[in-house]
Amino acid sequence: MPTLAFSSQLINLCAALLLLLSFAMLAQRRVLTLVDLFAMQGGTLFVSIIVVAWSTGQPHLYYSAALTLILKVILLPLILHHLIRRLGAQWESETLLNTPITMLAGLLLVIFAFTLAQPISQLANTVTRGTLGIALAVVMLAFLMMITRRKAVTQVIGFLAMENGLFFAATSATYGMPMVVELGVALDVLVSMVILGIFFFHIREQFDSLDLHNMESLKED
Amino acid sequence: MELLLLLGLPLLGSLLLALIGRREWAPEANVLMSAGTFAAGVWLTAHVIAHGPMLVWHEQFFIDPFNVFLVILTSFIGLTTSLFSRPYLRTEEHHGRLNRRQLRLYHSMFQLFMFTMLLALTTNNMGILWVAMEAATLTTVLLVSLYRTPASIEAAWKYFILCGVGLAQALFGTILLYFAAEKVLGNAGSTALLWTHLNEVKGQLEPTVLSLAFVFMLVGYGTKVGLAPLHNWLPDAHAEGPTPVSAVLSGLLLNVALYAVVRCKVLVEGSVRSDLAGNLMMGFGLLSLLLAAFLLWRQKDIKRLFAYSSIEHMGLATFAFGMGGPVANFAALLHMTVHSLTKSSLFFTVGHATQKAGTQVMDKIRGLITSNPTVGWGLMLGTLAILGMPPFGVFTSEFLILITAMREHPWATPILLLGLGVAFGAIFSRVQAMVFGETSLPRLPHPPALVPVFAQLALVLMLGLYIPPHLADWYREAARLIG
Repeated sequence: MPTLAFSSQLINLCAALLLLLSFAMLAQRRVLTLVDLFAMQGGTLFVSIIVVAWSTGQPHLYYSAALTLILKVILLPLILHHLIRRLGAQWESETLLNTPITMLAGLLLVIFAFTLAQPISQLANTVTRGTLGIALAVVMLAFLMMITRRKAVTQVIGFLAMENGLFFAATSATYGMPMVVELGVALDVLVSMVILGIFFFHIREQFDSLDLHNMESLKED
Repeated sequence: MELLLLLGLPLLGSLLLALIGRREWAPEANVLMSAGTFAAGVWLTAHVIAHGPMLVWHEQFFIDPFNVFLVILTSFIGLTTSLFSRPYLRTEEHHGRLNRRQLRLYHSMFQLFMFTMLLALTTNNMGILWVAMEAATLTTVLLVSLYRTPASIEAAWKYFILCGVGLAQALFGTILLYFAAEKVLGNAGSTALLWTHLNEVKGQLEPTVLSLAFVFMLVGYGTKVGLAPLHNWLPDAHAEGPTPVSAVLSGLLLNVALYAVVRCKVLVEGSVRSDLAGNLMMGFGLLSLLLAAFLLWRQKDIKRLFAYSSIEHMGLATFAFGMGGPVANFAALLHMTVHSLTKSSLFFTVGHATQKAGTQVMDKIRGLITSNPTVGWGLMLGTLAILGMPPFGVFTSEFLILITAMREHPWATPILLLGLGVAFGAIFSRVQAMVFGETSLPRLPHPPALVPVFAQLALVLMLGLYIPPHLADWYREAARLIG
């Protein structure tokens, strides 16, 4: 068992990586690279859960790490790659809204997340106390990504990245939720991915593209 | 045992209908499964009345007066909706808008949706509650896009993304709740998310964490309740999906989401000892009421009209739960009941009327009372009921909410009256034109199912005139539990 100081350093490193990857996703234009970044985020999450499990001796965290590995590092990116290829969208990139402004908004969100999490982090007695703010920041950056993007696939990746942030929050604040709940959440994520996959085809069939700009008929007038 | 039946039947039904859903008699099988679920709900209710609250299966399920009344309401509306969807979907198939494969998907998903609703209501675990709410979104998202038109796909996408993001906030709230609970209860045996345990120790939970958790959960589940300004998905999903789906979304899903909010509120109020939770709910409720009332004037589509009316009524119920206290809680519970009954019966009649007219545009629907008197009267009576005319039950609940507001929060009274008045004008003027007037519309190929409509309106009428003492006790007990 490593010393607590060392493992908490490792977890902080993972947290920093997660945050960095979130920013990278925010700025990434190519869809396939985005999927790879998402898989890397899942991988970082997996490593951080393993470190927490190892340093605190919480056996059930190994299961949740395995779940993360299977679902977020292997299965979901595979499904996404497959879907993108089936849709013939692998070379697509999208024009971003003003990147510097998006980044600046992201920075403000991170500051906001840290301020919000500050009083709670102080109450935590886990080795990972400092990282709750980062988890919240990852959630909010994914949210920002969903707002600023107009492609169906990128919105879904944003949605999944948000789930990553939530899982990180669960491990960093509380050493993981009860197993039933984690299984249920994982099942929901997987099913939603399948349904969204079906949706991509419906959207393309009806609108001839996965661009959500075409979806504006239901605006409130 | 009762609980096993209650949860097992819809789950089994969804599997069964996925296998045999293409047969001619699938709608009848759907009715049968729903009737079985309703019977199990009645049985469970009888058990709870006789033996008091029950806590079963390693404390994972908890039934008290508050959720048992929602269980019976949910399974009842499930039954009436399946009765209504039988001729409705046959007519849609006849018109060539749906094929057998889509009908199979509908029946299977309908049963699965009932399962998620009942699971959300009966579970004792706040985490499972979240899982069930998310699963409810997943089952209905394919139902909203059942017609595969561009508008319905857009509505379903919006519904999915907005509710998905909203529920992600609720999950963060749940994590924070667990974080606070773990300190008091410890994480051994994972009892720290069980509502009954949380309720026992709510006084010791960390107030700062809980207030933040409540904000996240209110925003999250509030998106599903359709609270403004997070209501955007609701009118689209109601208008573009098949009518039975609109009926269950309005009649069941919104209620269950509000139930989740109230369960959280009970915990937070016990911990924070300030009016934060109540005030937030009152604010969101009033905003929804007012915004929906004014937006009602701009609607051209009849299903959108009643969808906005749902936002208005959920806002009112949220406001009443926010005020708290025995009378307001009693009124809010009654309002949830009568709103579900009235709104789903309204959607049933609206479904038949739009099928008849071949359009959902209100200007093109005219003279229902001459072409089909029962549909016309159903729509008129349902509208009068939802607008809170005496002697219907909605009047009773709105009256109780208003007098409580006058006594405890006088500043809110004019806002409430304004919202209700504006909504009254908007809905009544539209519906009057649709019901009376000249028409030459053809008859429907399958006779409409109007028994559920009048049965539900009769129940609403009864609740307005006379609440059986049993039921009143039950509401009082539930109102006391909520505090």
